[in-house]
Amino acid sequence: MSGKMTEIRWHARGGQGAKTAAMFLAEAVLEKGKFGQGFPEYGPERRGAPMRGYTRIADAPIRRHCMIEHPGIVIVLDPTLMDSAAAGVTAGTGEGTVFIVNTTEKPATVASKLGVKGAVVHTVDATGIALDTIGRPIPNMPMIGALLAVNDMMTVAELKSALVDQLSSKFSQVIIDGNLNAVDRASKELVSA
Amino acid sequence: MAQKLVALSGNEAVAYAFKQARPHVAAAFPITPQTEMMHKYAEFVANGESTTEMILVESEHSAMSAAVGSAAAGARTFTATSSAGFALMWEVVYIAASLRLPICMALVNRALSGNINIHCDHSDSMGGRDAGWIQLFAENAQEAYDNAIMSWRIAEHMDVRLPTMVNYDGFIISHTADSLHMLSDEDAYKFIGKYKADYALLDVENPITVGPLDLTDYYFEHKASQLAAYPRALEVIKQVSDEYGDLTGRYYDHCEEYLMDDAEMVMVMLGSSAGTAKDVIDEYREKGVKVGLLKIRTFRPFPVAYLAERLAGRKAVCVLDRSASFGGQGGPVFMEVRSAMYGLQVPVHGYIYGLGGRDFDLGQVATVIEDLQKVAAGGEMNTINLLGIRS
Amino acid sequence: MATNLKQLTSNEDLLCGGHRACAGCTGSNILRQIMLTAGSDTVVGGATGCMEVVTTIFPYTAWKTSFIHSAFENCAATVSGVETAFRSLKKHGELPVEREKINFIAFGGDGGTYDIGLQSLSGAMERGHNMLYVCYDNNAYMNTGIQRSSATPVGAHTSTAPAGSHSTGKTQLRKDLTKILVAHNIPYVAQTTPYHWKDLAAKVEKALAVDGPAFLNILMPCTVGWHFDPAIGIDLAREAVECGYWPLFEVENGKYIINKKPKEMTPIADWMQKQGRFKHLFKPGNEHVLEFTQNWVKEEWEKLLRLEASTA
Repeated sequence: MSGKMTEIRWHARGGQGAKTAAMFLAEAVLEKGKFGQGFPEYGPERRGAPMRGYTRIADAPIRRHCMIEHPGIVIVLDPTLMDSAAAGVTAGTGEGTVFIVNTTEKPATVASKLGVKGAVVHTVDATGIALDTIGRPIPNMPMIGALLAVNDMMTVAELKSALVDQLSSKFSQVIIDGNLNAVDRASKELVSA
Repeated sequence: MAQKLVALSGNEAVAYAFKQARPHVAAAFPITPQTEMMHKYAEFVANGESTTEMILVESEHSAMSAAVGSAAAGARTFTATSSAGFALMWEVVYIAASLRLPICMALVNRALSGNINIHCDHSDSMGGRDAGWIQLFAENAQEAYDNAIMSWRIAEHMDVRLPTMVNYDGFIISHTADSLHMLSDEDAYKFIGKYKADYALLDVENPITVGPLDLTDYYFEHKASQLAAYPRALEVIKQVSDEYGDLTGRYYDHCEEYLMDDAEMVMVMLGSSAGTAKDVIDEYREKGVKVGLLKIRTFRPFPVAYLAERLAGRKAVCVLDRSASFGGQGGPVFMEVRSAMYGLQVPVHGYIYGLGGRDFDLGQVATVIEDLQKVAAGGEMNTINLLGIRS
Repeated sequence: MATNLKQLTSNEDLLCGGHRACAGCTGSNILRQIMLTAGSDTVVGGATGCMEVVTTIFPYTAWKTSFIHSAFENCAATVSGVETAFRSLKKHGELPVEREKINFIAFGGDGGTYDIGLQSLSGAMERGHNMLYVCYDNNAYMNTGIQRSSATPVGAHTSTAPAGSHSTGKTQLRKDLTKILVAHNIPYVAQTTPYHWKDLAAKVEKALAVDGPAFLNILMPCTVGWHFDPAIGIDLAREAVECGYWPLFEVENGKYIINKKPKEMTPIADWMQKQGRFKHLFKPGNEHVLEFTQNWVKEEWEKLLRLEASTA
């Protein structure tokens, strides 16, 4: 493996759009000349059940097909998953792991709940933003906006352009505008420790 | 040749490749993880991007049966399945090959029951390895797409006329968004070409009888003629791959050789895990360990001479199987490779890994390389070893 | 309409002589009659079974039309593939020879239809392919040695449910496959026999004319499996109708029409007595089976009359 590779793990409940986000992000970075790989946790998909998604972003083609064991970034779409040992939000994390959590709580509060020494915790009220902008509690796209506030894999403007490409064939302009707005707001409203 | 860089799942990539062949008929029944491939295809038809007639059958047995009828009628035909679906097709899978019908099939590899498991291993395709189909394996969505494009040329080639199976790992490839280069519809179709059957049921002015009762006096001769097609198929696969390479810049052979030139130790495997292995091989190479990888693409026909030539003179070889031959020695890939190595005097051992989707991680590759070093230094390994199981 | 004898007999025989059916086989008679009506723009599919085996022993074929056999249980699915290929190639302007219409006929015995091939048949009918499925029902698995099937009537001796000191042959009722096909809501379903050549030809003609799937269940007296004099097979087909065992009826878009109503039903025992498969029932102590069968035939007939009346 030559060059830098970012490995992201998504924690969510079925229906929150984490699979879409994990795969969309892998697609969105193509425009930047980067390589992406996105996959959901393989298995039956059930609404409301805890699930994981994975994204790898790299400068060179990604060859490995194994699970991500030590994510550099963990994105939590449903904060109640932090209370579940089975959800494994902190599995394989440690010093320097970046957590981005969809919650109205402060990063310090979340950090103490997570209990990962040396972790960098950010929070954002992605569900609130989604309700305001899209009108539905689907926090996936705002969470990508939040991610770009702390990672330079691409700019928010680039993400928005990819988002338009992705959504334009299937959704109305109102939904598209809502999503663009959500991404913008989340990237600005991210709260860091 | 202008190609488009896209991010697609393996299932979507293969759906595109099949669509680009402009098949007349598709017959399939849904099974995880093949489903999304057929969903995508159904979308093409619903949106008018494809004029394929789809037969939405009530089982995989009927899917393969309808495919046989359609191909015998003279139509370019494909199907797709996984695991138990392939097992249910079984009887007709053999018939498709025996009737020399150039059907293409996406086999999205998944473990066989029981217990029921929806994840990747190769037991489905390996169980069908003697059925007479050409079997190609892929490491990622790009290779699955490329194999699917080439599968038509191979299957329909006059020296071959055999059904061809495009294998790719369930979920690991089928459901992973991956970047790949795609040909335009026009360029792909130009490469694949128009299909015309030599004998067709629908040629009612020149009627034919297909699939007669064939007894002791002729059956064997028919099988002999079928057997003669496989060495020719190996040549055709190479020719078609070379031509595809000239078109796309992506050249394929029966195997991919990764850091093989000076390799003293060689891992032999197929499917998505080869990519994971390459990353770890690079790490060991940096430490000066001369290890390489031979990734099998053409499993049927098995490229015996090719492998024997590449594996001669190595200090240690190991073979990784993502399926088991219960009661046999190790897995099918091991048995084939060791048989191809007969007389080479190169030590070879095997692993069974990843059954039922068990993750094939970087640590497992490291273990394999450590084992190879031990053998290269004169040590011994069990002939067959299980990798990545709880102790 | 081609249903006059003179015209039928002047049509080309598309199942030619020299095939290897048993002496006295009524199955080849059925196929010949179907093909006289269907004509040469027809593709035929056969399930594994007597009629497939006797008509296509390599290097020979009795079929002058295109014919495909692939397996036992998949004839309907196979022909559904052929029919779809026709529609697709026609749509793409790529047919090997220009044709507005080609007939697609799949056939199987009761083994390949009532039993192992039922799923494939049901699927093909539900999908609405433009094809005719013909079952030649000889009441058992004759090709493999006269084993019982779900079409075997109560009391019949077969090699897997033989009559003996502790057995009166098959004890279960036969499956009413024709009505199962009616329940598929397809445009045309009918029963006939090879004795009733005019009825058969008319039904084949109707079945091939409808837009969508059609099903014919044709009784096929089997000299070997039923144990009768090879000369009387066709007569037994007639008598099966006269005693009510095999009513001639058709169901067009759900509407039942009984094509022949005998003024007075002959006793079914008379028909049974001519067949070795029922021989044991005429021994003292087994009268109850004959009685049961007579009652069953009567009830089934009355049911059919009610269906005709209620769908009129």
